[in-house]
Amino acid sequence: MDHQPPPFFKRGPAPLALLSIYLGLSVSLLVLDHRFHYLELLRKGIATVVLPLQEAVQAPLRAMTGVGSYFYTVDVLKGENQDLQRRHLEDAAALARVQQLETENQRLRRLLDMRERLATSGKVAQIIYGNRDPFTRRVVVDKGSQSGLTLGQPVIDDVGVIGQVTRLYPFLAEVTLITDKDQAVPVQVVRNGLRSVVFGLGNGALELRYMPANADVQNGDVLVTSGLDGVFPAGFPVAKVVRIERDASYTFARIICVPLAGVEQHGEVLVINPAPTAPPRPEPEVKSDPDDKAVERAMNKSNKLKKARQGRN
Amino acid sequence: MQPTFSSSRILLPARPWFVHLTVILAFLLNCLPTGNWPGVPDWVALVLCFWGVRESRLVGMGWGFVLGLAMDVADGSLMGQHALAYVLVAYAAAALSRRVLWFPLLTQALHVLPILVGAEVLQLAIRAWAGAEPPSLYFLATPLVATVLWVPVTYLLLLPQYQPVERDANRPI
Repeated sequence: MDHQPPPFFKRGPAPLALLSIYLGLSVSLLVLDHRFHYLELLRKGIATVVLPLQEAVQAPLRAMTGVGSYFYTVDVLKGENQDLQRRHLEDAAALARVQQLETENQRLRRLLDMRERLATSGKVAQIIYGNRDPFTRRVVVDKGSQSGLTLGQPVIDDVGVIGQVTRLYPFLAEVTLITDKDQAVPVQVVRNGLRSVVFGLGNGALELRYMPANADVQNGDVLVTSGLDGVFPAGFPVAKVVRIERDASYTFARIICVPLAGVEQHGEVLVINPAPTAPPRPEPEVKSDPDDKAVERAMNKSNKLKKARQGRN
Repeated sequence: MQPTFSSSRILLPARPWFVHLTVILAFLLNCLPTGNWPGVPDWVALVLCFWGVRESRLVGMGWGFVLGLAMDVADGSLMGQHALAYVLVAYAAAALSRRVLWFPLLTQALHVLPILVGAEVLQLAIRAWAGAEPPSLYFLATPLVATVLWVPVTYLLLLPQYQPVERDANRPI
């Protein structure tokens, strides 16, 4: 006779077996995501379910904070309106001048046969929420690939650069702030045009790296984008130098800056259209002759031999 | 089942839909922007741990893995970071379930503390491996707060299982 255990003893695979399966899956996901970046499709698939949920949960909260603004008194609104109108008038005059200057600039550049600077335009987006992840500095904005955003677009607010689009969903986009660890922005010092790259430190500050200890940088210097990377358009304010440590025992000075734009604030931002592609870099000289390769191999071999001999001595 | 094994009170059986609903609610709580505040616990880890101890057949490592992936996407962190931590939390909770329920609630909370701290530290280690700057020590406050919340969460989640005590004046025993 065939004795089967009654069904209430069936508990599926052993816990340890299950654990090892799930651990293997998670670890391989981690490695695939971190080392190879293969999982963007999976992430987008899950995001179509998760992100609407997340938005739905946060909507009441946003509505609640929005309700506060309904209770402005008429006086305040009138005052604000007048203020805005006055500022609009002032700006209109400045804008007219800027337009005139821009056309003049273009004409002069054409005369001098220089590349024309294209006017920057962009899309206004709203920061919906910051990420819960305490390790990174990113925010999510309410425009995505459906609104025509692309990866790598710079994001600014009314003062200066705040970050760059690093992940796209259909209706949302993730912006990595310039203060995120190792997020780099090519900049130049306004005062003397010194070129460099500013890196996020991950703690809200920025660092100007690879500047020699005697570089002409002072406290209070303003850094603007240099536009050399072809991603960030030139001339947007990025940061201000707040502390310089020059130590003779190090090759480089340690220069700490704070971002000028409201990087940690929520609000409206402008996602700038990508800069027109720069002419391609000149190709580095390529040695493709088989003879050259043979020579190279031979040299490597002799070098190795030399090293081995030195090691023996 | 009893509130603790030493208690003489008999609870109603847990309803599967309620268990699953609370886990999903915990995920939604995690989606709130309050997650950035220091000391706000990881609700999913807490509720997973709770049901892992109570009903390890209803909510186990599978739920931990799926919720972890969802949390990874919602957070924008590395894929698999939360999944790994939650799977381990579910396993540890199920492994402890035979022992923990013999103790009073506060002692249970002490048993849960290492699990939750371990989950946080594991995530920190993963991010350190990925090259992120460690955050301030505030993040260690989250498992501590979650441990303190173990007692109220137990009462809250077991609430539908309590039945009124029937006092029958005519019955001899």
